[in-house]
Amino acid sequence: MIPNPPTPFPTREGGGNTEAYVLSDTTRAAIVALKGKYPKVQSAILDALRLAQDEIGYVPAEASAEVAALLGVSPHHVHSLATFYTMFFTQPVGTAIVEVCDNLSCALWGSRRIIARLEEALGIAVGETTPDGSITLLRTIECLAACGGAPALRVNTTYYEKMTEEKVVALVKELRPGKR
Amino acid sequence: MASVIEETATTTAPFEPFLTASVGREGAWEIEDYLSRGGYTGWRRAVSELTPAEVTDWVKRSGLRGRGGAGFSTGTKWGFVPNIPGPKYVCCNADESEPGTFNNRAIMEWDPHIVVEGVMIASYAIGATHSFIYCRGEFGLAAERLIQAIRDAEKAGFLGTDIFGKGVDLQIEVFRGAGAYICGEETALLESLEGKRPMPRSRPPFPAVVGLYGRPTVINNAETLANVPFILKNGPEWYAAIGAAPNCGPKIYSLSGSVNRPGNYELPLGITLRELVEHGGGMREGRKLKAVIPGGSSAAILPATLSDGRDAMDLVLDFDACRAAGSMLGSGAVIVLDETVCMACAVTRFIEFYQHESCGKCTPCREGTIWMLKILERVTGTGGTDDDLFLVNDLASHIPGRSLCLLGDSAAAPVMSAMEHFRTDFDTHNATGHCPSGCIPF
Repeated sequence: MIPNPPTPFPTREGGGNTEAYVLSDTTRAAIVALKGKYPKVQSAILDALRLAQDEIGYVPAEASAEVAALLGVSPHHVHSLATFYTMFFTQPVGTAIVEVCDNLSCALWGSRRIIARLEEALGIAVGETTPDGSITLLRTIECLAACGGAPALRVNTTYYEKMTEEKVVALVKELRPGKR
Repeated sequence: MASVIEETATTTAPFEPFLTASVGREGAWEIEDYLSRGGYTGWRRAVSELTPAEVTDWVKRSGLRGRGGAGFSTGTKWGFVPNIPGPKYVCCNADESEPGTFNNRAIMEWDPHIVVEGVMIASYAIGATHSFIYCRGEFGLAAERLIQAIRDAEKAGFLGTDIFGKGVDLQIEVFRGAGAYICGEETALLESLEGKRPMPRSRPPFPAVVGLYGRPTVINNAETLANVPFILKNGPEWYAAIGAAPNCGPKIYSLSGSVNRPGNYELPLGITLRELVEHGGGMREGRKLKAVIPGGSSAAILPATLSDGRDAMDLVLDFDACRAAGSMLGSGAVIVLDETVCMACAVTRFIEFYQHESCGKCTPCREGTIWMLKILERVTGTGGTDDDLFLVNDLASHIPGRSLCLLGDSAAAPVMSAMEHFRTDFDTHNATGHCPSGCIPF
């Protein structure tokens, strides 16, 4: 996973209620609608951060501050969640995130060769994004829960199992801009 | 993901898998399909014919034990919930992230209704009117299927208010995680659901008394709850007859590693490792067994010859036999390692995982995992010294029992067991600066 570099705490007072919003009206409305979903509003923070990330592609400090303002919770608290969970990115990432499972069961079936081949095909190292901003390559520390289909990888939300070097090269071609 | 289920010719009683029977079948996640298989019969029976106490009693008598790791009696756990007014909650733990485990994802993607019906029955048993399925963040498809299953169940009148005209109210919500192994720990799961940083709580009080939002809460693994509809449908005696008491029912073994056909195999509890490996098509390339991890990366590693001299292939894969052998069945994630695997490299990979996933609340776990990783990376990198090995073992021995949850203990178990049984792998690294087998293909 990309290590989350330290990001500045949200500085705007009250978060996002003074200047231009970073989130669209649709996303803002969807976040406000989450308020009644759980017995306590704080439980909706992860869902709200997910909506923000779906729109922007990552969660900049301004977005977590805006989420906090919309839900009426502390911006520092929202920021502390955005930086705890690995699925939130506080820095920009590619539109396609390729995560190769590299836990033991996948490693025994050649996940490291898959990673090496992906690095070669994409021309970037693990943790980097292609210069056109289209693909980010990651190796997972966690297990993807697909050991039966080892070696496995995930592109955004889609799982690909029993990967081979040939299959990943074909996959990279599919993921290149203009192909999706 | 297609799981491979084969005839269980080697077990004594004929056994028809029911938890994974629909895994891999297109459309099995639709409610019409589930109803045509007798779905929601158990839920209807629970609400229309039984009292909550009777439902708990049925589950107790079935002998069902928690599939998440501890193997504790599910019915007994439900019985701990105090009968007091006010909200109570059921949380289904579907944050499956133990390395080597992949059975929850399979059933939630292909047959989500069995999990949903299990949550319903558990909720009725403890008197919860609002329950949650905590689904791992990475499981996009599983979450989608669960949400659809809940919607369809609402439309069919199985959820909502005054269910079956019996005055029972229930709503279920899918809560999606966002990538943190620690959320599989039950109190961290509750913290996460409450919108806090998922750091484990101090116990007591236990969640059965003070759980979600400070209210009595039952937390059960998704596989555990998937068994419940079948117990209600076919009766506790039918269920208790599967497997060998006190290890009742089927277990979805997640078999991975050095076998020809890794996959989910639903078999009665109490089969041996040899039988399971045979189901998985035998050892990969006919290699010899070196070690087995019977319950996911948190379980101690067992060598090919057990401490009592038995062949590990004869190890009975149930809760009690695995514990007696010095490890645990855990989540049933059986990782098979063959003679070409270097245990020093394998353990280093696990510690990398635990170091990354330690939430940072308790010092022994936070600092212990990072120092174990630093030392092991030196050993498996350019080669370390005997002092390094002494230090890492000493460090590992001081972690268990000193933190609020078992994550630190889980990191220490593979290190200590690997050092005990496979010391030569570490020594070779130190002596040569290379991996003796190049086991993890780079």
